[in-house]
Amino acid sequence: MHLALAVVLSALLFGVGVYGVLARRNAVALLMAVELMLNAANLDLVAFDAYWRDRLHGGQVFALFLVVIAAAEVGVGLAIVLAVFRLRDTSDVDELTELAEHEPAQVADVTG
Amino acid sequence: MSHWAWLIPALPAIAAVVGLFTARWMPGGPAVPAIAGTAGALGVAVAALAVVEDAPARIRESSVEWSPIGGMTLHVGTRMDGLAAVVAVMVCVVALLVQIYSTAYMAGDPRYSAYAAEVSLFTAAMLLVVVASDLFELLIGWEVMGLCSYLLIGHYWQTEGARAAAVKAFITTRIGDTGFLFGIFVLGLGAHTFDISGVTEQASSLSHTTVTAGALLLLAGVVGKSAQFPLHVWLPDAMAGPTPISALIHAATMVAAGIFLLARLYPVFVAAPVALTVLGIIACITMLGAALAALADDDLKRVLAWSTVSQLAYMAAGLAVGGWTASVYHLLAHAAFKALLFLAAGSVLRTVGTNLMSEMGGLWRAMPVTSITAAIGALALAGVPPFAGAFSKDGILAAARERGGGLGTAVFVVGLVTLAVTAAYVTRLFVRTFLGGYRGRAQLHESPLVMTGPLVLLSALVLALGLPALPHRYGVSRWLGAPPSTRSLHVGIGEVALTTLIALVSIGAVLLLHSRRPATDPVAVLGPVARPLARAFYVDEVYDTTLVRPVRALARGVVRVDSGGVDAVVVDAGRTAGFAGGALRRLQRGNIQGYLTGLVAGVLVVVISVSLAVAR
Repeated sequence: MHLALAVVLSALLFGVGVYGVLARRNAVALLMAVELMLNAANLDLVAFDAYWRDRLHGGQVFALFLVVIAAAEVGVGLAIVLAVFRLRDTSDVDELTELAEHEPAQVADVTG
Repeated sequence: MSHWAWLIPALPAIAAVVGLFTARWMPGGPAVPAIAGTAGALGVAVAALAVVEDAPARIRESSVEWSPIGGMTLHVGTRMDGLAAVVAVMVCVVALLVQIYSTAYMAGDPRYSAYAAEVSLFTAAMLLVVVASDLFELLIGWEVMGLCSYLLIGHYWQTEGARAAAVKAFITTRIGDTGFLFGIFVLGLGAHTFDISGVTEQASSLSHTTVTAGALLLLAGVVGKSAQFPLHVWLPDAMAGPTPISALIHAATMVAAGIFLLARLYPVFVAAPVALTVLGIIACITMLGAALAALADDDLKRVLAWSTVSQLAYMAAGLAVGGWTASVYHLLAHAAFKALLFLAAGSVLRTVGTNLMSEMGGLWRAMPVTSITAAIGALALAGVPPFAGAFSKDGILAAARERGGGLGTAVFVVGLVTLAVTAAYVTRLFVRTFLGGYRGRAQLHESPLVMTGPLVLLSALVLALGLPALPHRYGVSRWLGAPPSTRSLHVGIGEVALTTLIALVSIGAVLLLHSRRPATDPVAVLGPVARPLARAFYVDEVYDTTLVRPVRALARGVVRVDSGGVDAVVVDAGRTAGFAGGALRRLQRGNIQGYLTGLVAGVLVVVISVSLAVAR
């Protein structure tokens, strides 16, 4: 199998993931898009591992690591999304603007 | 004895501290430590006088090393001789009477405890100047006095006039003090010691330039402290303070310090004849000018203040022509009769509630004790024998005549003219205040015993101080131990007759004017001349135009440059940062996806540019 096939597929997957992260509003969909990006990386790791015929199979080992990390991340992420949903009745990230910098009530006088 | 002479300044200083911190719960109030401290110092000073009396010229020093400074060593100690002992006794007597008098005069004043402590500190500072053995030690006392005068003149700081007068006194004397400090440097570095004995002993062997420069610089300090022309302007304004303070400042402490310093460092001035000539010229101008200003002023205290300026000029003139003993004698006599006059004035002011003589008159019926004691003080000031001021003044004039030359003649002639003017203004003062009909509306009564008592005591002192001039072997020369190359006090019968005649004619003339038109001010006879006299020859106005206003304008300019230039840079830097921060704040909208878009775009830019760079 040609390496380019796997790399292009992985790039497409990553692009879909980026699009999802940037464009989707649902927090759960956001998490799924993140998973897509992680797995695009996994695909690359495995493909290059096979291509270079690495004796220690570092690529595959890293892919296994990533799967575990992704699972943990999704666990934490879903927990947060659940908590937010319970608190606010929404998982729409556009409405979660708690970190916005609001206009201060009065600008401090610096003229002394 | 020199081992306990340090007690003289220490006791009032302790009294000041104790009085300030224990006044709240001390039975009898803040007056107790103040009076006790001053009385203790008086006791020690009298004991010191008794010890030094048999050999007044011998110097009894006791000092400890304080700190090395640039290859020299500063000492702290006391230096007792006849001059120091006599002046210390004089200071203590006046300060003690002022403290006693103040208990009644300042009764009910909310800041009396601070006042009493400041007076004690003032006394301590003056006594430190008197007994100091080192020039820097003397400077400490000198400067503490400047501080105390500032605090006391500004005692009624709720009034605009008192604040302005306090600042004026402080700044004016400060101008002179700068010269004084540098004079100490010049003399100390020239003589390689800051000991007064060392400096005075080596004065004649120092180079001519050094000693002249040092003496002229010291003279600046003297001119400031003793209110001589051109730095005399602070003293009449200092009348904004409580009246007992005027008695203290004008009779015993601050202004006397300048003359005392001249007497103390006299060998330095003898070695610098230029400085003595300058001193003589300044004294002549001040003597007559201040006496003329006193002639026309309507404010009772200001008349006395001008009189102080004029009398100090007498002492300075006497020192300039070599009449050391006569000048110091005049310092003592002046301390007594000027304290008497000021305390009498305070007694009057407290009763009539105004300083203006145009609202007084005829007070002798209601205030007999004050009137009689004031009359004694006035006669002493006018120079009528046998009161204190007469023979000392004659001694100064005799020294001037004996010295001869341009300076001696000038001092003699100006002194005689001033004598006539002095007799005239003091008679006018007495006539306007105590004789004639009362022109005010206050309820008149004699002051309490606590105030009249010091008046009577000072009157006795004024009488007693007239005596030492008469028989020579009991004279003041015997107490003082004059430095060599000065003229001892000897007054010929001719001088006494001449000055007495002049004084009596002058007094008679004013009394005649008064008896013709009792209701008008005798100075009205001068017509349009009286106006510039009452304004003291417009010196204040000239200073205002040439110095005060340009300095104020400069200060305003500095403020403008500071707030418009220096400040603006700082403020604008802050504002720029603020605006930049405001622009960045727009980006923080809380939209995570917005942040991520920025992040991805940034990563893309980095990746693309790195790839391009690698590809090339």
